[in-house]
Amino acid sequence: MKAYLAVFRIRFAHTIQYRAAALAGVVTQYAWGFMELLMFSAFYRVNPEAFPMTFQQIVNYIWIQQAFLALFMTWFWENEIFETINTGAIAYEMARPLDLYGRWFCQSVATRTARCLLRALPILLVAFIIPGPLRMTLPPDAGQFLLFLLSAVLSLGVVVAFSMLVYISTFYTLSAVGMRVMAAVVVDFLAGGTVPLPFFPPAIRTVVELTPFAAMQNMPLRIYSGNIAGTDAALGIGLQLFWLAALVFCGWRWMQKALQKVIVQGG
Amino acid sequence: MIELQGICKTFRVAKRKSGFRRAVKALVSREIETVHALSDVSFTVKDGEMIGYIGPNGAGKSTTIKIMCGILTPDSGNCVIDGRTPWKERTAHVRHIGVVFGQRSQLWWDVPVCDSFDLIRDIYRVEETAYRQTLEELTELLNLAEILKTPTRSLSLGQRMRCEIAASLLHRPNMLFLDEPTIGLDAVSKIAVRQFIKRLNKEQGTTVILTTHDMQDIEALTERILLIGKGRILLDGSLDELRRRASVQKTLVVEYSGAPPALSAGMTLAESREGRMVITLNPAVCPASEAIARIAAQTDIVDVSVSGISAEEMVAALYQEYEI
Repeated sequence: MKAYLAVFRIRFAHTIQYRAAALAGVVTQYAWGFMELLMFSAFYRVNPEAFPMTFQQIVNYIWIQQAFLALFMTWFWENEIFETINTGAIAYEMARPLDLYGRWFCQSVATRTARCLLRALPILLVAFIIPGPLRMTLPPDAGQFLLFLLSAVLSLGVVVAFSMLVYISTFYTLSAVGMRVMAAVVVDFLAGGTVPLPFFPPAIRTVVELTPFAAMQNMPLRIYSGNIAGTDAALGIGLQLFWLAALVFCGWRWMQKALQKVIVQGG
Repeated sequence: MIELQGICKTFRVAKRKSGFRRAVKALVSREIETVHALSDVSFTVKDGEMIGYIGPNGAGKSTTIKIMCGILTPDSGNCVIDGRTPWKERTAHVRHIGVVFGQRSQLWWDVPVCDSFDLIRDIYRVEETAYRQTLEELTELLNLAEILKTPTRSLSLGQRMRCEIAASLLHRPNMLFLDEPTIGLDAVSKIAVRQFIKRLNKEQGTTVILTTHDMQDIEALTERILLIGKGRILLDGSLDELRRRASVQKTLVVEYSGAPPALSAGMTLAESREGRMVITLNPAVCPASEAIARIAAQTDIVDVSVSGISAEEMVAALYQEYEI
């Protein structure tokens, strides 16, 4: 365990060096958040009754999404992992007494938490003090907030476990570009990255809400905003637990199989 | 103790000739060729031995090393290292070995070398006092003091290679696999690395397996040599044995003043200029002592030297002999 923590630590320390990138990220997130909110407020001005979430819920959903983007984004990849596989540096990784799945998992979680730490606070600060209807509010009660925290952690796990599948697929395809583009567009959409899932047509929504994608940012964001509460929240967290376990198990098994077949080419 | 028995490994390689039409054709049906990287490789290495593993490019050296490190699973055959099968008990096995792949890097590119070392310490769970001591020793022996705080990316190749070797030894492995550790090093770094490896083997009893194309590495380091070609072990013996086998030729260089001497049976002129002759001798016909005596009788010898063939030439001759 200590070894994996060490991987986490060096990765965290490494990522936190990039302050300029974080600053640029924060500015982008402000701009993006405001744009989305302006769009939604235009819709809500026409008929606030026509939508499945209240405007305040949308405001909270989007600000949390922007603040914690680094944790939940499905289109972010550890380029180092792709490089390791493509260049054959994986030979060294395999010559270490570590489980490669665990190592890459820790590394991914570390990068995401480090990036999030730098970006979240300034975004939340502004979201809580801006005047007018775009101001973010606290969750309904402390219990709901705790559920949000738990759900956020699980969501991070599901996102990373999913990206692990893409990393492992590189052992077979040598290039992950196809998978990456797919994940960027489809998964992000199905996870509620573009539009919250309640806005989906009911039939599609019912199906999507059972997939692992619904166990990603969809769950913590809706729990924070109060759109999901009580038993529904507990069920949602159950779904997250299930998908996390399933994805980790499949990924780990697949990795073992891939490593049996791996051929480090050249010298 | 390393025991390999009947290890076989094949790779499937897609091949096609150049040209647009063939590229289109390859879309439909690809020619897959099976390459026998290793066929029936067996050898045993005792604890504390230092082995030179040589062979031409593509002979299967790196493949063997990768199998012994647990990175590659062979198609058939057994490999037992200290009681473990590397690819089955990979994590337990690699804890006790050190590896240097000369063509790759294990150091983090952007952070100072010592940070990479610290990470390796944590991965192998090396105790702090033992780590400090090992690091101190390595720093002194490989002359790392100046470069430990430098990020890897700003090191020269020779500096980086010394750090790579140190990185592979931080957990004090009792077995070290070196895959071309002196590739691209200058003369000074090469000698430093060789001395270090030699010392490690002598003082710590570390088993060393070394692949290289640099025959001076082999001459300086190893007593036992394994020659591999086309996936088979062709020879297993000491450098001297190989040398005797490869060729008996000797080279005689004579510097003289006076009339050029005439050559007799068993001597062939390889090179000649005013006052200097290089003669290839066949000692079976004309031993070196006799050749010198004959030349001395005809002219005044200023200087004379006799040498066997270099390791480089010997290996080239061996490759030719085995048609590899």
